[in-house]
Amino acid sequence: MPRTRLDVYPTLEHLSILGEEGDLDEDLEPNLDEHLLLELHRVMLLSRRFDDRRLSWQRSGRIGTFAPVKGQEAAQIGVVSAITAKDWFVPSFRETAAATWRGASLTSLVLFDAGFNEGGRVEEGSHDLPISVPVASQLPHAVGLGYAIKRARKDEVVMVFFGDGATSEGDFHEALNFAGVFGLPVVFVCQNNQWAISLPRDEQTASKSIAQKAAAYGLPGLQVDGNDILACRVAGIEAVERARSGQGPTLLELCTYRLSVHTTADDPHKYRSEEEEDAWIARDPLPRFQRYLVGKGILDDDAIEELESQIESQITGIWEDAKEEMEVLAQDPAHIFEHVYEEMPAHLRRQRDSMRNGGGR
Amino acid sequence: MGVDAEMSEMTMVESLNLALDQEMESDERVLLLGEDVGEDGGIFRVSEGLNEKYGPERVIDTPLAESAIVGTALGMALGGLRPVAELQFMGFSYFAMHQIESHVSRYRWRSQGGMHLPMVIRMPYGAGVRALEHHSESKEVFYAHIPGLKTVIPSGPRNARALLASAIRDPDPVIFLEPKRSYRSFREDVPEEPETVPIGAAELVRRGEDLTFICYGAMLRPVLEVADGLADRGVSSDVLDLRTVAPLDVDAIEESVRNTGRAVVVTEAHRAFGPASEIVASIVDRVFFYLEAPVERVTGYDIHVPYFAREFDYLPDVEHIERAARRALEV
Repeated sequence: MPRTRLDVYPTLEHLSILGEEGDLDEDLEPNLDEHLLLELHRVMLLSRRFDDRRLSWQRSGRIGTFAPVKGQEAAQIGVVSAITAKDWFVPSFRETAAATWRGASLTSLVLFDAGFNEGGRVEEGSHDLPISVPVASQLPHAVGLGYAIKRARKDEVVMVFFGDGATSEGDFHEALNFAGVFGLPVVFVCQNNQWAISLPRDEQTASKSIAQKAAAYGLPGLQVDGNDILACRVAGIEAVERARSGQGPTLLELCTYRLSVHTTADDPHKYRSEEEEDAWIARDPLPRFQRYLVGKGILDDDAIEELESQIESQITGIWEDAKEEMEVLAQDPAHIFEHVYEEMPAHLRRQRDSMRNGGGR
Repeated sequence: MGVDAEMSEMTMVESLNLALDQEMESDERVLLLGEDVGEDGGIFRVSEGLNEKYGPERVIDTPLAESAIVGTALGMALGGLRPVAELQFMGFSYFAMHQIESHVSRYRWRSQGGMHLPMVIRMPYGAGVRALEHHSESKEVFYAHIPGLKTVIPSGPRNARALLASAIRDPDPVIFLEPKRSYRSFREDVPEEPETVPIGAAELVRRGEDLTFICYGAMLRPVLEVADGLADRGVSSDVLDLRTVAPLDVDAIEESVRNTGRAVVVTEAHRAFGPASEIVASIVDRVFFYLEAPVERVTGYDIHVPYFAREFDYLPDVEHIERAARRALEV
């Protein structure tokens, strides 16, 4: 028989647990303890408010260009909550919410946003990689980490974040292929936020989903409602368990929406409609999760209000700390010569000394 | 150009847009491709409005893949089109380096003249706009170092327009580097009639006797400030705006330095193995015995361009250039 059906990826699933209207699939609902639920909510709210404040600091010239996370908090926090401190977090440049969950210093983040390299400092021994700007370039790094983990017979997992735009880059395909071939403990987390600057998802790829791209590399793929933090958590746990138990990588597609600008240098109204934005505002993951928690009787309006005011003073404190630190850092322009090499070579010492002495170039 | 030519005051973004518009208007083989070049008009708005005027078949919003943008542009050029590819920042162009070095630069040579690539790869480069990492570098030597490519860098709205038009009409691939710091920081009169300038020819922007400044791109403005300051004190300078980094206009450099005997080379690129090194070498090769003082190099340091709070500590400025000029004049 010359033509037979190939048994390639017969099914592709979409996971949704907590719907837009607050409807809940009780069979799929994870059994999370109250403390964890409230912590997920606290970090979501903190990320949202931190984003709002950063936008106002950027607009008033106090910090530079940054990439807001607004709308993607459930996607990031839901999946990243599935890894533990010993696991590896490999972000792109919009993972503020996930980084906050991981315990990143928000003061450092403000320094970074204000253009100080010191804000990017990683503590020795940290398993959280710094921000990676060139789209998709961090995916192969996650693969290499996965290889090192596998070789050391450790039970750590690597979780790497990227967007829908990244799936067009060669690095995405090369990384998935490597991870598949070597059977590595990597969770590939695509936040499909529908737009890569001005390019909509359906012009980014002719594929009907991003999750299906996993099939080409022999990995499982799962599409998830990225504005449903319960579904993101469950999908993350499933993929992390697969990776940790030696069953290899997974590609997760978290369908979400960039409610704000690509970066503060961008104007979305040039390319997308307010109707579309409104439709996604209605799917905002934050009020959806709040309604769920209120329904469960573990959160109420007073508690939200109290948390809001705690967060507000926390962020004010972060700004005060960052401002103080910036004033100190600004006194040290010669810092630009640090950390290029372990030991500063002679030519850089000469250039640094010449700068300090107000000499020539 | 006639004295009564119609002129408009424009920024570099506007003049580049004019060049693209006029070249597309006059030659239907010309098309644009890149990320966000269509409806968004390019992230710096260089292709603003062209999407509406020429349609999505000629102003192509591509998926996010620099290597594919350049490789596809190559195929388009082989297929009889004249693609102008936009890469959003020089810092992202390395994704495409393989296509540029391995193929774009080599097709004419590999096919022994049977095929050639009339294509332009545009990208903004340079620091000074408070941008993120990978958005501020000056790695023009990466491209200038590659045989078979022409590397062009305008310094102002008028020559940007004329150079881009020349690049599009050029039979060989041109890497067109746009100093983003100069995109909107000043305006110049730009003639409405199409204008070109030869690629590979430097422009003598000031003529003097005592000293030669050699620079390009965003460094021209601070150099002119220094040269004008020196002129007030009775020191007259040649200011050479290279406009094309490769192939280098060594004749223009030779002619000027032979006359002045003193030279200051200013680039914002790194110092080690940088464009200034090649320029100084060409001076040594050709007019060593005419030199009255060591040639001065004012460059960026040999470090990654720092995040923006300290980017001006990296960049050469008027004070550095002035100090170098004084050193060159003192000997």
